[in-house]
Amino acid sequence: MPDVLPHANPAGELVLALRGISKNFGAVSALTHIDLDVHAGEVVALVGDNGAGKSTLVKVLAGVHQPSSGTIEFAGKPVKLTSPSTALDLGIATVFQDLALCENLDVVANIFLGREKDPMRLDEVGMEIRAWQLLNELSARIPSVREPVASLSGGQRQTVAIARSLLLEPKVILLDEPTAALGVAQTAEVLDLIERVRERGLGVVMISHNMEDVRAVADRIVVLRLGRNNGVFTPDSTNQDLVSAITGASDNSVSRRAGRRAASTPAQENHP
Amino acid sequence: MNDKAETMPGGKALLDRQDERVKHEEGFAGSVKAFWSQVRSGDLGSLPVVVGLVIIWTVFQLLNPVFLSSNNLANLLFDSSTIGVISLGIVCVLMVAQIDLSVGSVSGLASAITGVLWVESGWPVWLAILAALAVGTLIGALYALLFNSLGMPSFVSTLAGLLAFLGAQLYLLGSNGSINLPYDSPLVSFGQLLTMPDWVSYGLAALAGIGLFVTGYRTAARRREAGLSAESLASLLAKAVVVIAAVEFVVFYLNQSRGVPWLFGLFIALVLAMNYALQRTKWGRSMRAVGGNPEAARRAGIPVKRIYLSAFMLCSTLAALGGILGAARLASASQQAGTGDVNLNAIAAAVIGGTSLFGGRGNAYSALLGIIVIESIASGLTLLNLSSSLRYMITGAVLAIAVIVDSLSRRSRVSHGRA
Repeated sequence: MPDVLPHANPAGELVLALRGISKNFGAVSALTHIDLDVHAGEVVALVGDNGAGKSTLVKVLAGVHQPSSGTIEFAGKPVKLTSPSTALDLGIATVFQDLALCENLDVVANIFLGREKDPMRLDEVGMEIRAWQLLNELSARIPSVREPVASLSGGQRQTVAIARSLLLEPKVILLDEPTAALGVAQTAEVLDLIERVRERGLGVVMISHNMEDVRAVADRIVVLRLGRNNGVFTPDSTNQDLVSAITGASDNSVSRRAGRRAASTPAQENHP
Repeated sequence: MNDKAETMPGGKALLDRQDERVKHEEGFAGSVKAFWSQVRSGDLGSLPVVVGLVIIWTVFQLLNPVFLSSNNLANLLFDSSTIGVISLGIVCVLMVAQIDLSVGSVSGLASAITGVLWVESGWPVWLAILAALAVGTLIGALYALLFNSLGMPSFVSTLAGLLAFLGAQLYLLGSNGSINLPYDSPLVSFGQLLTMPDWVSYGLAALAGIGLFVTGYRTAARRREAGLSAESLASLLAKAVVVIAAVEFVVFYLNQSRGVPWLFGLFIALVLAMNYALQRTKWGRSMRAVGGNPEAARRAGIPVKRIYLSAFMLCSTLAALGGILGAARLASASQQAGTGDVNLNAIAAAVIGGTSLFGGRGNAYSALLGIIVIESIASGLTLLNLSSSLRYMITGAVLAIAVIVDSLSRRSRVSHGRA
């Protein structure tokens, strides 16, 4: 297994710290003793193969799933994320992979869902203006904010979901596959946005399968494999190192054999 | 159609008109065009029910000229109000994609409780009504508990409730079978006789149009100030004039005989209150969100279980209120109250009026429109001296057509990307 590298970019203070998080679904251990640190003003990329537990980890942080064991510290204090609203109130905003939008509601209603202005007399005009501001910050191409979300394309929905996460001025943003459904220009916009968010001093956790995107913005790359930590990398580590950490190719019978031989002879060959 | 983007005084494009790919219809003709394209893509709104109503009224008027007489229409409004109130509750549960099949039994139980406590036990009438309403609320809370904690589908729990509360109603009424409510009491007068003085009804009708105009004007002014596109003054005025003219005409016609029932006034007030709650409050927004995508609503921090609780409680409470009004209308609390087609009519009215069975789509006016369709059919068939066997069959067919329209328009919305 690759060594855990020291923190490449000593960013701001520790905002979010996970210690020994495990999550079981019946007999299946989706997460086992996961540790994760997120500092203010850094982008942490979470990578791993399908079924590595990335989305489960994001759902634990979003308060959707409760961990079976382990502790979560937010801004130095231990917290329990019992529901999505606790996480939101603390300042952890999430853009889910399935976006979690209500297709029957319009864009404004979706952006402000659960956070409407003036509960007894909705401030539709105020909400619409703020919605346009957020969307314009993202250079979004949304034809009308009064159309139901069902009428938008995948990329437009992604933009709406990201705009929603920014509404509450969060401290940490979790993005589950933020660029998977986006075109070239929109991907660049989202990556720009992630950098802008980092400059504002927010912690960003981003899940992605796209190594190019990950290298472009991430300060640290955390690899998960089969629900366990499998190393932390810097963006300049080689593709081969990353891929082998993700696929576990360096931990197969061939590499173990190579490791045994390395113990007896100093010359080491590490071809899987 | 307007090719150049609309601009603000400063020459900058309006905040919501900056995307040149999107066509925006302007002015009065534009609104009509936009409405037509909306209808074609399957967002039918109230159109099918209005068309249906015109057909139904024409047919019955041709078959029996008494049908559209002022007196018959006033009666129709009395009848519509009681089940309409129940239907308003059904709109609530349908909004969160649930169902309450026991509203008929709950309304019957409420009428029995009112009768027993008021007439037999000598309670003050208001206290008896409050007690009946409270029982209704508790029944709704029970359904919500079964649904939220035990995951019991509302279809099953309310089906069980349908039988159980019918049993409770029969038990309360005992061997007599029915309790007559005093004819000279205010409750019975309210249910049978009281109509608005002419000036009140004309005044309220005018107020409706003026209120529509004022709120519309204020919104338009705020939007213009904020740099958003806004509805033109001409279009607002046209709408207000059409509404005032239409409502004043109806009121004028009703005032030729008995006038506008206060009972119907109460129903309209409840419809308007419910419409406000569903359209303009956070609660209403949450209801739609839960009906559209409960998981997304939960992740947005909406207390989904409490929303279900509120929907079930509101539905049962309105069912109880409808039962009490029904007892006032008949001047009796009987074993027949709330049985037969009450259940189906209340649910059918909401669906016919345009509230989707699939959740998250609909409005309070659908209860009003739907119940007028249902009661028109009932009244027309009664005038033709048709037996209740035929009435059931025809009402059943109308409900089937309404659900087919709902399903087809849903499919069309999906294929036009508006689901």
